[in-house]
Amino acid sequence: MTDPARARLPQRSLLTDPVVRAVIIQIAVFALVAGVLAFAAVNTAENLKRAGIASGFGFFNQVAGFDVSQSLVEYSRASTYGRVFLVGLLNTLLVSSVSIVVATVLGFAVGLLRLSGNWLVSRMAAVYVEILRNVPLLLQILFWYIAILNPLPGPRQAMSLFDTIFLCNRGLIIPWPVFLPGSWLVLVAFLLALAGGAGLVLWARRRQRLTGKRFPAYVSSLGLIILLPLVALAAAGFPIRWDLPELSGFNFAGGLTLQPEFTALVLALSLYTAAFIAENVRAGIEAVDKGQIEAAHSLGLRPAPTMRLVVVPQALRVIIPPLTSQHLTLVKNSSLAVVIGYPDLVSVFAGTTLNQTGQAVEIIAITMLVYLTISLAISLFMNWYNARVAILER
Amino acid sequence: MYVKRERSPSLPPPRSEAGVVGWLRANLFSSWPNALMTLAGLALLLYSLPPFLKWAVIDANWLGDSREGCLPPLGDAAGACWVFIKVRLGLLMYGFYPEAERWRIDLAGILLAAAGGQLVAGSLLRAATGRGRRLTGLFPLAGVLLSLALFGILPGLVACAYLAAPDILARARPGRLLLGLAHRPQLHLAARLGLAAGAGAALALGFGAAGQGLAVALSLLAASLIFIALGAYGQSAASVRFSLLLGVYPVICYALLLGGGLDLPLVDTDNWGGLFLTLVIAGVGIATSLPVGILLALGRRSRMPVIKALSVSFIEFIRGVPLISVLFMASVMLPLTLPAGMHVNKLLRALVGVSLFYSAYMAEVVRGGLQAIPRGQYEAAEALGLRYWRVMRLVILPQALRLVIPGITNTFLGLLKDTTLVAVINLMDILGILKSALADTRWLGFTKEAYVFAGVVFWVICFGLSRYSMLLEKRLKPGRN
Repeated sequence: MTDPARARLPQRSLLTDPVVRAVIIQIAVFALVAGVLAFAAVNTAENLKRAGIASGFGFFNQVAGFDVSQSLVEYSRASTYGRVFLVGLLNTLLVSSVSIVVATVLGFAVGLLRLSGNWLVSRMAAVYVEILRNVPLLLQILFWYIAILNPLPGPRQAMSLFDTIFLCNRGLIIPWPVFLPGSWLVLVAFLLALAGGAGLVLWARRRQRLTGKRFPAYVSSLGLIILLPLVALAAAGFPIRWDLPELSGFNFAGGLTLQPEFTALVLALSLYTAAFIAENVRAGIEAVDKGQIEAAHSLGLRPAPTMRLVVVPQALRVIIPPLTSQHLTLVKNSSLAVVIGYPDLVSVFAGTTLNQTGQAVEIIAITMLVYLTISLAISLFMNWYNARVAILER
Repeated sequence: MYVKRERSPSLPPPRSEAGVVGWLRANLFSSWPNALMTLAGLALLLYSLPPFLKWAVIDANWLGDSREGCLPPLGDAAGACWVFIKVRLGLLMYGFYPEAERWRIDLAGILLAAAGGQLVAGSLLRAATGRGRRLTGLFPLAGVLLSLALFGILPGLVACAYLAAPDILARARPGRLLLGLAHRPQLHLAARLGLAAGAGAALALGFGAAGQGLAVALSLLAASLIFIALGAYGQSAASVRFSLLLGVYPVICYALLLGGGLDLPLVDTDNWGGLFLTLVIAGVGIATSLPVGILLALGRRSRMPVIKALSVSFIEFIRGVPLISVLFMASVMLPLTLPAGMHVNKLLRALVGVSLFYSAYMAEVVRGGLQAIPRGQYEAAEALGLRYWRVMRLVILPQALRLVIPGITNTFLGLLKDTTLVAVINLMDILGILKSALADTRWLGFTKEAYVFAGVVFWVICFGLSRYSMLLEKRLKPGRN
């Protein structure tokens, strides 16, 4: 035990002084980290020089010379590696955003069903969650792709749902709208209806606050949003049509073909993530105190308004932060596309491009930077939303 | 005048409220929407379950040892072909580990099952009945007997030494520290030397600078020193058991599985595979990510700006990128960063990648626990005159870690599931083996069986672990001891 009186004596060693120690430790750690990094950097430079690989980003303008099975922008063998990067990035964003929407909707549904008073339904939801989240995602992706979608029959024996949606070894073929000239009118009507609906809701809120009179604002604005575009559609002579898939020869004509890789990836990602989201939703709703519901009931609120005005706003505050991290995880997990050859960023850029050019350092750095940026963007957005729904502390 | 003098017997509840009917009404058909949901659920079950059971059990083919067993003359083509799994089971479990040497993996498994089983069963029994110490002694006994019976005298003796050591050590001086308080400085020295030797062994092995013999010797030394330091503090057999499991078991495994000395032929890690490799990666990942994660979490909350900045940037960087890119970096870029001629084992690269990745996640979990500890605890510990590491080790971390057991388990489960990703960098884990087994022209087309089997294996392990952690959480709740 140190005697407090002696601890203040001036002749104590510099090494036991907390401030000095802190400085020494920090300098040592920093030097160690910097030293390791410098060692790695020097070795990398030497190794690259020996292998005859020029560093830098010049390869972005070279011709790639390989095909990509799905791309949202124009792409051919003659395109550059820069184009490959863009194609991969867009494919990653596409598959992530579709899966995020599906997973969130499904996750909320399963989470609510699990809380249902119906014994059978809540058990089934629990079984869904326990099975899906305890099996590795990679295994699920491979299962859907290799075991389910690949052995499907060809287009002639395709499975169909009401003859509009087809599933075969070419993938999932769904109807898709075609926009003929004149569609802009419908779009304008839709935007007008949106603005009108928002205005209506604001006006109704203000009126209720001032006069206490209520107006069914949500229902009427929903009607507006549905009706106005329909009227515009009729006025413009139905410029938007559904392009239905149809069997012609050995393949389908029309409609939109979702490739098996894309379908398997969306299925696996959304089913897997939905299981986790369902648990977050359940935890969030269970976190709302029972007294809150009873208080709402005793104020005379019926079950639906109780849910909408009392339970959901409080539950959302608990649900949003873990939901964000599930979305983030989903975006990062979409990189598993590489195992089934879906041309996402990791597959075509950190895979094929890296193998062809050998620019490991640049390519891996760029890939990581892209994911970091996406993560940061999503978490910033969710933080903003979270701050909006957070309780105002007084 | 009539006056009722005795109580009339209480009537049973109406038929519709009690028994099966009542239960059905309350839980399945309480309202119209509920009844509809029940019917929809039943329809879904009827639509999906019978065909699956028919495929997986009723029509399934279990007999035979070739593809013919699953085809019409002998079997049923509509059912699952479990013969495929049966034939490939050795490969799926052990990978390309030579068949004559597989007993080494079995021995390691038995040791783990006996030592771990005793710990797990101890907590299970205590949770259920409040006692049951006696029964758990059966685990080591069974382990020793099994090893003796299956593998012979020498392995049996190793098992005996390893499994019986805790009880012998604990009985030597029951209820007291094995070594008195006066020996503490020596113990500290031993632990530090052990850590240094362990780091040296890891470096020597990693850079291939030293032969494996030296690495084994160094890690043996490290483990025994750490074990002495840890175990000698222990007052109970359980704590000795834990320190043996953490300190000595890895060394036994290393020497046993890799071989290359002690009359055991060397089995290169390129031949490791299957579920065995999955468990090795998961085990090493778990054992390294927790301590590294704790250090990173402490670094993140440190008052020293440089340490804090380094920890924060490492954690946030790793958490922002997918594991696959970290594995690519470990497999493609790590060799580039080493001087020419230096070679890093492929398995070791994957291990480094997985451990670093998960230590960042572990750090965030531990930070949550650290933040939940009230300031007063820190201040009280400091007021007692404890210095930083003592404050953390004796006061803060035990409380903080207990709070975040669910988070730690979730991270472990994530790690276990993500070990499958090493298949992407061409390691032969269970998925890699399945891929190569499916490419065999004699067994084309049994993809469903393969992935369903792997899924069931992972599901059993992960589900079991999550249940065990729930139990642990209940048992470690403060206020119960």
